Amino acid sequence: MSTVGPESQAESQPTAPAGAEQGSPAPAPTTVPASALATDYADGEWHRLHPATPLFRGGLAFVAIIGVLIVNLRDRFIELFFGGGDDIFIPGPPSGDLESDAIDFIVREELILVALLVGLGVLLLIVAGFWLSWRMHTFRITDEVVEVRSGIVFRTNRKGRLDRIQGINIGRPFIPRLFGAAKLEVSSAGNDANVQLAYLRGKDADALRRDILLLASGARREAAVDSAEGTTASGMLDARVSELLAPELDVELTAPESVVRMNPGRLIGSILLSETTIILVGLMIGLAIFVGITGELFLLFAMFPTLIGLAGFAIARFTRSLRYSIASTPDGVRVGFGLLSTTNETLPPGRIHSVRVSQPLLWRPAGWWQIAVNRASRSSQNGAAGQQQTTILPVGNLDDVRAVLGLLLPDVATDEARATLELGLLGSGDEGGFTISPPRARAIRWFSRRRNGFALTPAAVLLRTGAIWRGLTIVPFARLQSVSVNQGPLLRSLRLAAVHAHTVAGPISPTLGALDRTDAMTFFDTVRDAAIASADTDRTHRWRS
Amino acid sequence: MTTTPEPRRLERPETEWQRVSPKYIPVDMLSTLIFGAIVTAAGFIPFWFGWQEGWFIGAALGAIFLVVLALTPRRVRAIGYLLRDDDLLFRRGIMFQRFVSVPYGRMQLVDINRGPLARAFGLAELKFVTAAASSGVTIPGLPFDTAEQLRDHLVAVAETRRAGL
Repeated sequence: MSTVGPESQAESQPTAPAGAEQGSPAPAPTTVPASALATDYADGEWHRLHPATPLFRGGLAFVAIIGVLIVNLRDRFIELFFGGGDDIFIPGPPSGDLESDAIDFIVREELILVALLVGLGVLLLIVAGFWLSWRMHTFRITDEVVEVRSGIVFRTNRKGRLDRIQGINIGRPFIPRLFGAAKLEVSSAGNDANVQLAYLRGKDADALRRDILLLASGARREAAVDSAEGTTASGMLDARVSELLAPELDVELTAPESVVRMNPGRLIGSILLSETTIILVGLMIGLAIFVGITGELFLLFAMFPTLIGLAGFAIARFTRSLRYSIASTPDGVRVGFGLLSTTNETLPPGRIHSVRVSQPLLWRPAGWWQIAVNRASRSSQNGAAGQQQTTILPVGNLDDVRAVLGLLLPDVATDEARATLELGLLGSGDEGGFTISPPRARAIRWFSRRRNGFALTPAAVLLRTGAIWRGLTIVPFARLQSVSVNQGPLLRSLRLAAVHAHTVAGPISPTLGALDRTDAMTFFDTVRDAAIASADTDRTHRWRS
Repeated sequence: MTTTPEPRRLERPETEWQRVSPKYIPVDMLSTLIFGAIVTAAGFIPFWFGWQEGWFIGAALGAIFLVVLALTPRRVRAIGYLLRDDDLLFRRGIMFQRFVSVPYGRMQLVDINRGPLARAFGLAELKFVTAAASSGVTIPGLPFDTAEQLRDHLVAVAETRRAGL
């Protein structure tokens, strides 16, 4: 498939009859002149999606099926129309399969015309269905909400409030990307609470994201900055090619010093030193020993699919994490990655409910860390490495961790708190304001007794755990939902207690066990007070107002 | 090991807890009894099907449920809640103690549930839901009027202190 072919194909496909692209249903003369906004999508009127949308959402499979059918029936057709006269009516080569029997039947009963008409009718119906579904699929963005209407028979109407936006995700799966289309997803809190605009033109998607975030931030429409949009490349093909080859992250979007990039060597290293690889190597060694001892080779073949699967997983993880970048934009943190299918997501300020920096044992000699977050929304897009989109930094050194923490939690990772954060990563003992487990907790915290502890910064609570698998969980007070202290019989016999800071569900569960009973009660009261105080002053849901 | 007279348990001696209705004790005991009877009967199934030594499974289950039943009055009396200025404080458990504090502003919704048993005794269960599933504040055994008043109060207070997610 060349880059030009699909485009022209798209135009001639079912969607094309619409002719006029983005024809708005009725030119309503109300609403503000949105000169400040980069696209005219965010003007509060109803708009349509990219005309090739039905193709990307299943239509392509339809075209493929027709293609396969045609290829399979080609011989029969040639025989039918160009072959000799009499032998047609003799049943063809006794292949016995249903498809040729059906054709024979049609030919025998002289129903060719009927069959053709039926086929044409079905085709027209499907094409009309695609076209209608595109016509009926409209969206609008007002000052308050983003709204999508879709469906032919079963109508769906979904509205998302702009001040409840948890993140905006732009995905470019490989094939739509060839066509220059992108999928924009506005996620809000909750399961399956995303408003999806699939598909838009790639450039529009980026500009629209900026507009939505601008409206969501509480900034006035008039105060919005103009963004100069100039198409440098002339012609459709040039535009496509330059879009395909463009760096994943637009350099003009952010200040270069705020960008954290992925080092490919480190990425390979991190995959090689992961648990999956260790299991793989272990399996192979075990297999080699087994085969060597018994001389039976059948196990080798039995294991082959598993090995291929694991290797495929590692390769997928690698290609998805390539071109990984985390950058700061005025409207939040932008995380982008992907080589063929690219994805980038912007998280507005205050949408990150907790952060965990952790270090698997094998990464320790290299000094690598991983950062994961808890968020209120679930994106349907997969993250790098095929995880949920909760791993913000798949692998990075201490400098990267510092930079990313500064981007994710600018209120927490201040200059004053930096020392405490580093002690949380590397330190142990009670320096830096950490309250650690008392000596009697050694019975249940064999190695990590001196690391197991918490510290409070003005904006967040830090929970430090693990001496072998080191980790630090950061929960900003402004996002804390509730706090609890627990004690079971074992902890009670040691005069200890466990504390939990509750945040929205996610991969991180901020918990700290084996604290002194009195320390735990102090933690409970202090964290509660801080959470209440910061909830009063938190204004991140309208971050520019 | 220190031998200070420091308490081992989690206590808040300064707190005047609101307790749940004593009528909740028979409700809880009855539901434990019903559930325990079913599980115990299930435990005896291997025995009935001819495994002679299998009786101890059912017997052990029955014994466990008897202990749980005997402790029910204490467990119910250990449930407490307190409406403070800015947050709801909740406690539960004797063996496994748990204290939770939820700032009012974090409230997403309040549920009132009434099972058939509780309804017979005029009781209801109030569930305080935040964005965090692990908050888990469920106050059982409230008289129905109290539960409704509490709900209205919580909603009103939450409205004045509403915070983002």
